[in-house]
Amino acid sequence: MSFFETQHLTKAFGGLIAVNDLSFKVEQGKIYGLIGPNGSGKTTVFNLINGYYPITSGTILFEGQELNGLPTWKICKLGIGRTFQIVKPLRRMTVLENVMASAFNRTAREEESREKALEVLEFCELLKKRDYPAKGLTIGDRKRLEIARALATGPKLLLLDETMAGLTPQEQADGVVLIRKIRDSGMTIIIVEHIMQVIMNICDQILCINYGQEIVQGSPVEVANNPAVIEAYLGRE
Amino acid sequence: MKKMRWSALIPLLLLLVFPLVIQSDYYRHIFIIALMWVVIGSSWNLLAGYTGQVSFGHAIFFGTGAYTAGLCATKLGISAWWGMLLGGPVAVLVGLFIGWVCFRLRGPYFALATIAVGEIFRIVATVWRDLTDGMQGILIMQTFRSKIPYYYLALFLAALCVYAIHRVIKSKWGYCFVAIREDQDAAESMGISAFRYKSLSLAVSSFFTGLAGAFYMNYMAFIDPHVVFSLHYISIMAILVGIIGGVGTLWGPPVGAFVMVLLQETFRSSFFGLLPKWVSEGHVLVFGVLVIFVIRYMANGIVGDWSKIKRIWSKEKPEPVATIGS
Repeated sequence: MSFFETQHLTKAFGGLIAVNDLSFKVEQGKIYGLIGPNGSGKTTVFNLINGYYPITSGTILFEGQELNGLPTWKICKLGIGRTFQIVKPLRRMTVLENVMASAFNRTAREEESREKALEVLEFCELLKKRDYPAKGLTIGDRKRLEIARALATGPKLLLLDETMAGLTPQEQADGVVLIRKIRDSGMTIIIVEHIMQVIMNICDQILCINYGQEIVQGSPVEVANNPAVIEAYLGRE
Repeated sequence: MKKMRWSALIPLLLLLVFPLVIQSDYYRHIFIIALMWVVIGSSWNLLAGYTGQVSFGHAIFFGTGAYTAGLCATKLGISAWWGMLLGGPVAVLVGLFIGWVCFRLRGPYFALATIAVGEIFRIVATVWRDLTDGMQGILIMQTFRSKIPYYYLALFLAALCVYAIHRVIKSKWGYCFVAIREDQDAAESMGISAFRYKSLSLAVSSFFTGLAGAFYMNYMAFIDPHVVFSLHYISIMAILVGIIGGVGTLWGPPVGAFVMVLLQETFRSSFFGLLPKWVSEGHVLVFGVLVIFVIRYMANGIVGDWSKIKRIWSKEKPEPVATIGS
């Protein structure tokens, strides 16, 4: 039994097949990269994993359990946390309250939730901003808040959807440090990212897709040198 | 917690001594009604202000509570006071059914459904004469001739309701409610079942509103469908109490309840008989103007924009201490 895998995962929106027969396995404790040109179906894969869209065909298995048909909140309870590419801060709550709302996923007691939230905020280096309203954060901090909130739900698998997009090079470097730190804490990560420097640096395995279909799977070096990947990104000569 | 204890103590003490100082039954009556509206407004606010599910039909729960109490007397032959026990739970059942139908959908469906169900309840209560006696209404004997027992019961209900809601919003439920209000997708991905927590919020909200309805039956000793299931006297009034006081604040609805009830009474009585009678016809117009004013200048209500109001006040009367000194 693998830690996480999809089998022949397919999603059709009417006639448009956004994800087409995608099968991949993720090993526990690794960082798995999902890359592909714009509109290739990366975020759709995340939306299928966390139950936001119903699956057209195929299965998703997490620790041997089938996720098909489960509601989003139940999938979170099983231990899959996610961030959103278009960040969704709970605007009229403070940073701490945002993370506490997540931390209640594993406890019903207020003090425990607060403790967990403070711990996560320290880990994500947001502790100083804990009393800021979430709507007042910079984009870099909003992305961090997304990660903090996903971590506070106590996941075993973390889905990171373009957490570096729109950040300055310095913020990106800090982000890479944070993601490594999360991996070192024993979590498994699936990451969608456009910035090649980031993805090549931190991933153990990469899956490149285009038009919802697999182009190649392998180590970062294998993927980067694959002619089909280069063609998908840069076009044919 | 500490802050809540102190800020709550002063108004509570004032309200406790009020009927002892004020002997007039008329003013006691107004305060009883205002306290009842504290309960309804706070309940509405838990659902609409904290959970983001705007109800245009709180009369459903109010009327259900009132009729539960009334029918205890007319159909079951027991005291209408049993309604204080049964009114809340029956209103919750009605609420949960509406939630079960509507909370699977997003957007304005819940709000629209509450309008529709409210009208259905009013019409059914009017037409189903065998059960409700239709427009004849339900008339019972008042238990007490004095206003004092009713006053303290209303005060107890209001305090209980505000305290319960305070506890709810500081707990896991409260965080889940606000998370759903702010972003339902984010909340679901944080492990919060939007359907479950919306239903819980609705259950608490309808429980207290039903309780207020049962109290109304016992206090007024007369109800009819057009009063207790009224769209504008109950449902819209609940919204006004919330908006004027401050949506999504604990003390907004209590403040809004007193402001609205006093204002309504002032106009209804044509400024206590000082102005010509036609003024009383204008109270709905005044509410309309008030809502426009509040939405335009203090969108967060009296409590939500209190710091803003204080600033205007201090600008108009700069440094009152210095004036006294000179």
